[in-house]
Amino acid sequence: MRTWHLLWQQLRRYPSALVGLALIGLFVALSLYAVLAIPYREALLLWRGGEQWQDYPRNAAPAWTNWWRRSKLPETIVVRESSAEATVEETFPDGRRLRMTLAFPYGYGEFPQEMNLFVEADFIESRPFASLLWQTPDGRQFDLGTYRLRGRERISLSQNRDLARRLGAPAHIALLSEPGARPLELTGRVLPGEHRLILDLVMFEDDAEVSTKLISYGRVHGLAGTDHQRRDLMVALLWGTPIALAFGLLAAVGTTVTTLVVAAAGVWLGGWIDAAIQRITEVNMILPMLPVLVMVGALYSRSIWVMLGVVVLFGIFSAGIKMYRAMLLPVRDAPYIEAARAYGAGHWRIILRYMIPRVLPVLIPAFVTLIPSFVFLEASLAVLGLGDPVLPTWGKILNDAQSEGALYNGYYYWVVAPAVMLMLSGLGFAMLGFAMDRIFNPRLRAG
Amino acid sequence: MNEQSVNLTAAAATGSTVDPSVVVAARELHTWFELRRWGLFRVGNVRAVDGVSFELRRGEAAAFVGESGCGKSSLARTLLGLYRPTSGQVVFEGREMGGLDRGQRRDYRARVGYVQQDPYGALAPFMDVRRILREPLIVNRVGDRGERETRIRAALEEVGLSPPTDFLEKFPHMLSGGQQQRVVIARALILQPSLLIADEPVSMLDASVRVEILNLLRDIRRSRKLTLAFVTHDLSTVRHFAERIFVMYAGRMAEVAPVEALLARPRHPYTEALLAALPDPDPENAGRLRELPAGEPPSLLDPPSGCRFHPRCPHRIAGLCETREPPDFEVAPGHVAACWLNQE
Ligand SMILES: Nc1ncnc2c1ncn2[C@@H]1O[C@H](COP(=O)(O)OP(=O)(O)OP(=O)(O)O)[C@@H](O)[C@H]1O
Ligand SMILES: [Mg+2]
Repeated sequence: MRTWHLLWQQLRRYPSALVGLALIGLFVALSLYAVLAIPYREALLLWRGGEQWQDYPRNAAPAWTNWWRRSKLPETIVVRESSAEATVEETFPDGRRLRMTLAFPYGYGEFPQEMNLFVEADFIESRPFASLLWQTPDGRQFDLGTYRLRGRERISLSQNRDLARRLGAPAHIALLSEPGARPLELTGRVLPGEHRLILDLVMFEDDAEVSTKLISYGRVHGLAGTDHQRRDLMVALLWGTPIALAFGLLAAVGTTVTTLVVAAAGVWLGGWIDAAIQRITEVNMILPMLPVLVMVGALYSRSIWVMLGVVVLFGIFSAGIKMYRAMLLPVRDAPYIEAARAYGAGHWRIILRYMIPRVLPVLIPAFVTLIPSFVFLEASLAVLGLGDPVLPTWGKILNDAQSEGALYNGYYYWVVAPAVMLMLSGLGFAMLGFAMDRIFNPRLRAG
Repeated sequence: MNEQSVNLTAAAATGSTVDPSVVVAARELHTWFELRRWGLFRVGNVRAVDGVSFELRRGEAAAFVGESGCGKSSLARTLLGLYRPTSGQVVFEGREMGGLDRGQRRDYRARVGYVQQDPYGALAPFMDVRRILREPLIVNRVGDRGERETRIRAALEEVGLSPPTDFLEKFPHMLSGGQQQRVVIARALILQPSLLIADEPVSMLDASVRVEILNLLRDIRRSRKLTLAFVTHDLSTVRHFAERIFVMYAGRMAEVAPVEALLARPRHPYTEALLAALPDPDPENAGRLRELPAGEPPSLLDPPSGCRFHPRCPHRIAGLCETREPPDFEVAPGHVAACWLNQE
């Protein structure tokens, strides 16, 4: 307790430490929020993608980008309707005809990204018919064709080529344009007001039901935007935080502790054990870690835990051993250790309780700055396509962005958000680490 | 060889029938350090302890004196079991140390206290006093939590750090040199040893606290009936303190005698030189650098032939001293000197 208090007293005097601590605190808070708001399993399921994201736009920028846009980009609008609430126009034996109206108020100055109609029909044998009619606020009407419904289906208005040819532009533009204007995405202007999609349904069974959902996909979404699979990037940005912190922390603790113990054991036990440790370290130091990780990822497993294991394993006999050794050698000959031997302390007690605690304070700053380097390593692996196959991480976002040509396509937010997270986390730990370095290694303080 | 000369080796060997009054005995003890060049080629052996035999009786205080580098600390560490003797034996309370198994060796270590020279270095800087004193108890599985705490407090009281509460939570750097050395002594005593080995316990302290610490050691020894082996290279402190003096030279015993006898009439030229180099007892001059006997201390790698002191000896007997090693001559009861001058 006292030690923590003293440390805080010291740290308080360094603004960089405070900024670092604030950043780290922020990331810890984000991690807690992520873990509490989206349970782990759910996060994995969400990140797997698929139908659950069908209401989300593709490659939408974050909504706050509208702040500096003169003409705001639309957000997603969803309109639902079901046959139970629709007006029945006519009944006949074993069936009815009804009219369903999906009112669609549109006030944006820009066209949506896409429009889809989802229809869910509940029937036994005879498939219902639906004819679609679009009504603009100024009374124009467009026939969008007749469909014979299956159980569940997506009627893509925007990707219907016939329709587009007939209307002169993809439906989501043509239908929303001012009359007369050439309905091209670049020159056309939106006609604001209440548009309507009218479905005339004919059902041949008494208890058949149909429910519909019209989605006008926005071009901005949420805080972080979405990716090419319509996934909300927020999921990965949020969940990437605890994963990055856990990986960085575990790898840093794992390598530091094991390296320290191995170095101390070598120094204390000496002889062939020390020689073996030294030689293994020398060999290991010239083995580059990244290719090894790439090999493990390609041949064995890309699980983040396997990667963590490999990182720690290769981290044990790292250059750190040489440094720790130099620090531990004088400790080995310290009189207090001789005294401990004289009252009967065993090898492990001496290594763990007498030697390591002596050098630990000096290593804490290096330890703190080691954490982000492992966070970056994990991200680099993901960018190389060796990220964990199921986990949402910052690196995975970057990897997707890269393979989808995000920057070429102008989806800068796709790259910027994870990059900023990575940089801020690195900055936080680095700033704290530098301040700690000054506290624990007072010789630097004069500078 | 003279009848009067008694070989200490022989004496120790005959003493192997267990004499309960002998706490610790050294028999032909050798501690050599292998010297290698570049960690590879054997250059030779540093003969730090090179054939030493003696016995310490219960309650006795013995001072080991000699120049720097003559092997005093090496002898102390060998007695403690920190160095494995190259040959010879350490017998503690009738048991030979080389024959002990791990558990017994630990027991042995618990029965011998060790006070080092540098009190600050002897205390782990990251442990507070309570933890420092608790460690020996934990390592030797002594008592439970409560009992340890009482022992710790008692030990602090005993070394004059009272009330203990003022010190338990202190870290070594918060204590003065004298207080640090008291903690070291408390740690050495906490396992209730029967032998205390103190290696120059005051040489790194301020002159003002030296006497305090020496008096403390003397009081503790008396009240606990401890056997004390006290290493020093300062003869001036010895006379108030020890009963017997062991003068070491180049890894061997030059002279062993009761304090008064040795100070009154040294029988080895090396002892004479040491005494001559003592500053006068005038306290104003105390602590002034003394001149050691003329000449260089001998190499322990390749000690001089014959008597090891002969190259520096003013009284050497040509033809004898440089060729034959002097045996131990018993010049008076309990007074032994390894010098040919004592040959009748
Ligand atoms: N662990 C060791 N390895 C190699 N040589 C050693 C070792 N310990 C001591 N020596 C050598 O043994 C000789 C005796 O050293 P020792 O420390 O016993 O002398 P000392 O009488 O205690 O001297 P001082 O009064 O300076 O403490 C020295 O030459 C020293 O260099
Ligand atoms: Mg010494």
